[in-house]
Amino acid sequence: MAVRSVLVDLLAGNRGGQILLAVLLAAVVVVPISNLLLPADSVLHVPTYVVSLMGKYLTFALLALSVDLIWGYAGVLSLGHGAFFALGGYAMGMYMMRQIGDRGVYGHPELPDFMVFLDWKELPWYWHGFDWFPFAMVMALVVPGALALVFGWFAFRSRVTGVYLSIITQAMTFALMLAFFRNDMGFGGNNGLTDFKELLGFNLQADGTRVALFCASAAAVALGYLLGRFIVRSRAGRVLVAVRDAETRVRFLGYRVEHYKLFVFVLSAMLAGLAGALYVPQVGIINPSEFAPAASIEIVVWVAVGGRGSLYGAVLGAILVNYAKTVFTGALPDMWLFVLGALFIAVTLFLPKGIVGTVPVFKRAGVRWRRRPGRARSPDSAP
Amino acid sequence: MPTRGFALPSLAAVLACIAFAVTVTGGAPASHAATLEEAVQGLSAKSYKDRAVGVEILAATGHPRAIPILEAMAKGQLFVRKADGVTVIGHKTGKVYSLTNALDGSAVGDARKKELKKVKVNNRLRGVIKAALGGLTLLSDDPDRREEAAAAVFAARDAGALETVEQAIAREEDPGLLDQLTLAKAAIQTNPDFPLDVRLAAVERLSESALPEVRSLLASLSQEGEPDAEVRATAAEALDAVERDLAFWNLLGAIFQGLSLGSVLLLAAVGLAITFGVMGVINMAHGELVMLGAYTTFVVQQLFRDFAPGGLDYSLAVAVPAAFLVAGAAGVAIERSVIRWLYGRPFETLLATWGLSLILQQLVRTVFGPTNREVSSPSWLSGAFETATGLVLPYNRVAIIIFSLLVVAGIALVLRRTALGLYMRAVTQNRSMASSMGIRTGWVDAATFGLGAGIAGVAGVALSQIDNVSPNLGQAYIVDSFMVVVFGGVGNLWGTLVGAMSLGVINKFLEPFAGAVLAKILVLVAIILFIQKRPRGLFALKGRAAES
Repeated sequence: MAVRSVLVDLLAGNRGGQILLAVLLAAVVVVPISNLLLPADSVLHVPTYVVSLMGKYLTFALLALSVDLIWGYAGVLSLGHGAFFALGGYAMGMYMMRQIGDRGVYGHPELPDFMVFLDWKELPWYWHGFDWFPFAMVMALVVPGALALVFGWFAFRSRVTGVYLSIITQAMTFALMLAFFRNDMGFGGNNGLTDFKELLGFNLQADGTRVALFCASAAAVALGYLLGRFIVRSRAGRVLVAVRDAETRVRFLGYRVEHYKLFVFVLSAMLAGLAGALYVPQVGIINPSEFAPAASIEIVVWVAVGGRGSLYGAVLGAILVNYAKTVFTGALPDMWLFVLGALFIAVTLFLPKGIVGTVPVFKRAGVRWRRRPGRARSPDSAP
Repeated sequence: MPTRGFALPSLAAVLACIAFAVTVTGGAPASHAATLEEAVQGLSAKSYKDRAVGVEILAATGHPRAIPILEAMAKGQLFVRKADGVTVIGHKTGKVYSLTNALDGSAVGDARKKELKKVKVNNRLRGVIKAALGGLTLLSDDPDRREEAAAAVFAARDAGALETVEQAIAREEDPGLLDQLTLAKAAIQTNPDFPLDVRLAAVERLSESALPEVRSLLASLSQEGEPDAEVRATAAEALDAVERDLAFWNLLGAIFQGLSLGSVLLLAAVGLAITFGVMGVINMAHGELVMLGAYTTFVVQQLFRDFAPGGLDYSLAVAVPAAFLVAGAAGVAIERSVIRWLYGRPFETLLATWGLSLILQQLVRTVFGPTNREVSSPSWLSGAFETATGLVLPYNRVAIIIFSLLVVAGIALVLRRTALGLYMRAVTQNRSMASSMGIRTGWVDAATFGLGAGIAGVAGVALSQIDNVSPNLGQAYIVDSFMVVVFGGVGNLWGTLVGAMSLGVINKFLEPFAGAVLAKILVLVAIILFIQKRPRGLFALKGRAAES
């Protein structure tokens, strides 16, 4: 009963959130049936590669959600969230590398292929434990969280704010990218980790596994959304919004601003890590390019397109932009960067509130046009 | 003369050389031909003894033709044509000899054996010729040959060569070569056959050089194989001194490389110091403006290749203003079309300019192709200063250091001494006040951004000399240049200069221990930590300007 009342509380009067959860629920029901039960020649059959593609979009949606939590509510623009995403991905990748066992190209009973290739004799200490799934999953959350804790503790404590913080988060992910490109790091150098075979004993190429991963991603987005919504609706969430809008004033009121920021920064990093852990088995590879500063900035534009400060807007933005990316890189690969660049500019100049923030404006205009009595502005529209 | 005992074979040669050195050093190079002709005639003298004198006279001329003539003589290929008494070199081809004039190497037809008179040589004469040939390279007119010969003498340390080396030292005018020759002499004099005081003096002389050959010679002298304890000790001491010297030069080298890297960072960051530091605009497309400058250099060079190939060496002089105009115009266009709508919204500016950077990259990729473009260095920038101590200073690196400092000085002048600079500072410090004083703030914004962008373009010209000109050129510098500006302190040109140079030097000092990539990572981490400590950078603005 308690869970139900909390759910009702979180979703009451929140049309966007209701739609999001309904769509996710529908997807979790429809996609498995359509992919696994309908014959392949049926019009309603969803091919497995589409399932994986949608699963990938959902992990991006979770990543965007984590960025919106910190940017949209705490006013901290992180240009390094790709690093947390990639760290979560590497944790999952390491687990799946251990699952390969002696089926690698070199057939070594203990070491992954790239270590055999580098002529390493034994497993580095930090690889130990990763053959146990729960440990790997905990690491996928703890490693990004710990990095965010240390980094954020230093940054927020010394009041590095605004674009300065953005620039040093970018430097952080850049430094990690350089580090992971090194072969001596023991994470496969620039090839990264790939050639995965199984997850928890299930063949990664099987339709069932793919569908299960898709459902897990959808569930993660739903839970991530509810968690984020829970936080921003809580007292702490209100303080965060106050920090975003007038940090100095909140500090003068006696709040420990850096504690609130640090809490949400760490949580956001862990969500990003979870997204990365779900992303890697669906695309089958993780390499240092995920750490590239450009990748992190792209996440921010997903949120900006969808509309910051609503959580479901970030989900919408991530899915729309990535769908556009799939379409353009397939049909007109040379045009994609033009489109993406134009998107950055157009959104900041013409849609500063994103799609979600702009819809009510149109709605109100439509209402006025039909000369009906004015409607109250929905309470959760983006500020 | 302590060398008499083993210098006897060449004593005659030396005497002859000394006798003729007066003629040679006294006569101008133009008199060579006459001297050579006389000397060559001396080769066909009646007696072997006179011919030996002739050989030495010829060798003393130091003329480049002397070497092939003497070589031919030693092989019995030197003849005198009976018909006209001309000295020729003959190669047997079939039944006849094909002849070349000994004096100038020109072909002078064929002849049968009976038409020629061979210049005969015996073993003693061959020895004289060989010694003369060895000395000839040391005494050659060509400095490169003398250098080679000095190195060879140093390596062989043959006591027999000492006389010639001393003679060469007396003649040498080039200070660099003189240094090498005296080193070679000292190397010879370290031989155990010489008296102790000469050997010790030679070791002292060697300790003045830090060349690797000298070090290995000193090292071998300080080993057990050396019979004399005093020489061993002196050599060990000298070796220590040399090593200390070398460490000092290595340090200088690392500082130079650090400054060189720092100047590159400075060039990449200095435009940003204006747009970000002065205006507070986060311009993520800054690197792409640098790239535009580099491509402008490429285009200017292509135009020179097509229309004025002779002026190719000076194309950089055209490329600098051209790159300034191209990137500056792009900057003004960016400011007027995008950035001016976003003042006071740094996050939005960041995203929009990032979008611009993607578009510019793709545009260049579409126009010029995705591969690297070749930008050649002008001949006056290729090559390097090299010191005897192994320090190498490539001209293009030196030029970039100087150029970056000039650019900073130029910007400082513009900001402090021109009306535009005054307006810029006024608008940054108090926009509404500046506006009410009649300054057209919009125009000043565009001009300031244009200036920063133009400087980025100029940086592109310099970077095109040392880096690949590709659409990704800008991406490589964007994180670094923001780090420099933030590290040095925003809004502070001096901070940018110091920040860039110190980051460069720190990076190069870390490299030997950590490797290039790890050094870069360490520097990034250090900057991140540094910003925690001093969030406003190395030289933070104080007072009212710091409020924003």
